[in-house]
Amino acid sequence: MVGQISIDNAVKKFTSVDGEEIVALNGINLDIRPGEFISLIGPSGCGKSTLLRLIAGLDFPNSGVLTLDGKQIKKPDCERGFMFQNHTLLPWLNIYDNIAFGLKARKIYKEKKNEVDEYIELVGLKGFEKSYPHQLSGGMCQRASLARALVGHPKVLLLDEPLGALDAFTRMNIQDEILRIREEHNMTMIMVTHDVDEAIYLSDRVVVMSARPAKIEKIVDIELPRPRARSNPEFLRYRAEVLKMLNYGGEIREVEYYL
Amino acid sequence: MNVIKKILPVLSILLAIAVQIGLKNSNLHPQTKPYFTYVLLGILIIYSILFILTFFHKGLDEKISYKAYFIAGAVLFFNILNLVTAKLAILPVLYFPALDRVFGVMVEQREVLVKCVLYSTRLLGYGVLFGALVGIATGICIGFSKTFSYWVSPVIRVLGPIPSTAWIPLVLISFPTAVSASAFLIGLSVWFPTTIMTSSGISNVQNSYFEVASTLGARRFYQVFKVGIPAAMPNMFLGLFNGICSSFVTLVTAEMIGAKYGIGWYINWQKEMLSYANVYAGLIIIALFFSVIVTLLFRVRDKVLIWQKGVIKW
Ligand SMILES: Nc1ncnc2c1ncn2[C@@H]1O[C@H](COP(=O)(O)OP(=O)(O)OP(=O)(O)O)[C@@H](O)[C@H]1O
Ligand SMILES: [Mg+2]
Repeated sequence: MVGQISIDNAVKKFTSVDGEEIVALNGINLDIRPGEFISLIGPSGCGKSTLLRLIAGLDFPNSGVLTLDGKQIKKPDCERGFMFQNHTLLPWLNIYDNIAFGLKARKIYKEKKNEVDEYIELVGLKGFEKSYPHQLSGGMCQRASLARALVGHPKVLLLDEPLGALDAFTRMNIQDEILRIREEHNMTMIMVTHDVDEAIYLSDRVVVMSARPAKIEKIVDIELPRPRARSNPEFLRYRAEVLKMLNYGGEIREVEYYL
Repeated sequence: MNVIKKILPVLSILLAIAVQIGLKNSNLHPQTKPYFTYVLLGILIIYSILFILTFFHKGLDEKISYKAYFIAGAVLFFNILNLVTAKLAILPVLYFPALDRVFGVMVEQREVLVKCVLYSTRLLGYGVLFGALVGIATGICIGFSKTFSYWVSPVIRVLGPIPSTAWIPLVLISFPTAVSASAFLIGLSVWFPTTIMTSSGISNVQNSYFEVASTLGARRFYQVFKVGIPAAMPNMFLGLFNGICSSFVTLVTAEMIGAKYGIGWYINWQKEMLSYANVYAGLIIIALFFSVIVTLLFRVRDKVLIWQKGVIKW
């Protein structure tokens, strides 16, 4: 049992600047199987990033329990990789050193050196190893940040809108790579996305969240064989289903989604 | 257009030479050897060489074109200064000696002055090294340890603003030698800004950098050295810069304690003798000395902070 997450009635509240209480997560229950691919989808500001931060151990719930393989999550750890919504590459390290950062910190860099190059190639940043983050475009930084999260092969990988800044073709290529790496290393992946197609293409289950205070509105099992075809009628049916849920999911109607 | 711009300094130098040679000194400023003329000639020769080289070297050309107005202006300033002191004696004669005499001091007392510079370099070297190392260490500890910060921050706030002169009695009885006492004073003046800037740099590091490091498996110690310190590096350099500035200010005070030589000591001594030409000579040397040190610091900084976007250039 590696990479089994259970979230039991997690509540997370924040205090806003003017002292008001903001309920970001209002009792989330979710069990994630080892090696499963989960997508979180929902209106902006509903608490998706907050949920990922709880799983990562960067924040703690006001009540409720989160566990990984039966052990309560108490602090961040390299077994739960996190790719942040904005790339958070370390500006004083070049792309190569950014990607190798985790391996060096864990003192396993020497054995895994070749993997750094492999992932650089995989995200298409060959030739930019020596560049600093401020010299790259937003999409390139995002890809570097993805490589950094992948190269450590965590049990669980949390991805917060990982491909948002990429063009459609790069995006589809990288989606396939993510699936391949997941197979190869048996990672559990939880991804936040605003792209319904992406969610359906990648996920075993799509978790649709409602606007704040966030609850799980519905969980859609995607029972499509892999590799999936994006134009398959079944695929389109799922797509229509999820879209319908998002548009009529709550009181908020005017949420922008790009398709 | 560019060539005219580059010729301006030459014209300005020639004008200064014309004033210097063409006008007689006022009676209040007896004519000494015309050292200012020599200086002007020296500048003229160096600038002319550079001017010719600009036609062959593009980088130099840009630099010289950029600096041309400044050089011309600076020479003009000294020209006017020369006019209102030596030539017309408009300014009080005691406090505003002729430039010939100021430059004369540098030449005629060069042996003493070189010795002074060496002594001061040694003192500054000890003081700055000691102050900077302790300052960076204190800053890092304050930045990372709540307990350390709780006990030490208030102390720093009390100690920081005390002027270095106030320490002299205490330092004199606490240190075995005058050199160590003076070095301590200088160290103290470097320590304060370095500590403050380092610790504030660390506490301003974006939390997300630490968060990402921790999800990548970096332990606390690793985070301190691989995230906190590099992220605070720009601030540390600011602190060092401030520290070096105040070390030069303190130098004059520090060399009041039993110094045998030293630029600060020299200035103190000459001030008491009311020989302002010597005082100014000393000040010019300090200024040159300072700008060499600061230029070196910036060179190092530009190397280290190459990753920064649009670094502020001083
Ligand atoms: N540290 C914080 N302090 C106060 N409020 C916070 C904090 N972090 C998040 N929130 C609030 O919690 C809510 C959920 O935020 P979260 O970042 O999880 O949204 P999200 O679903 O990821 O949105 P998006 O899709 O725009 O990224 C927001 O309303 C936000 O204002
Ligand atoms: Mg978010």
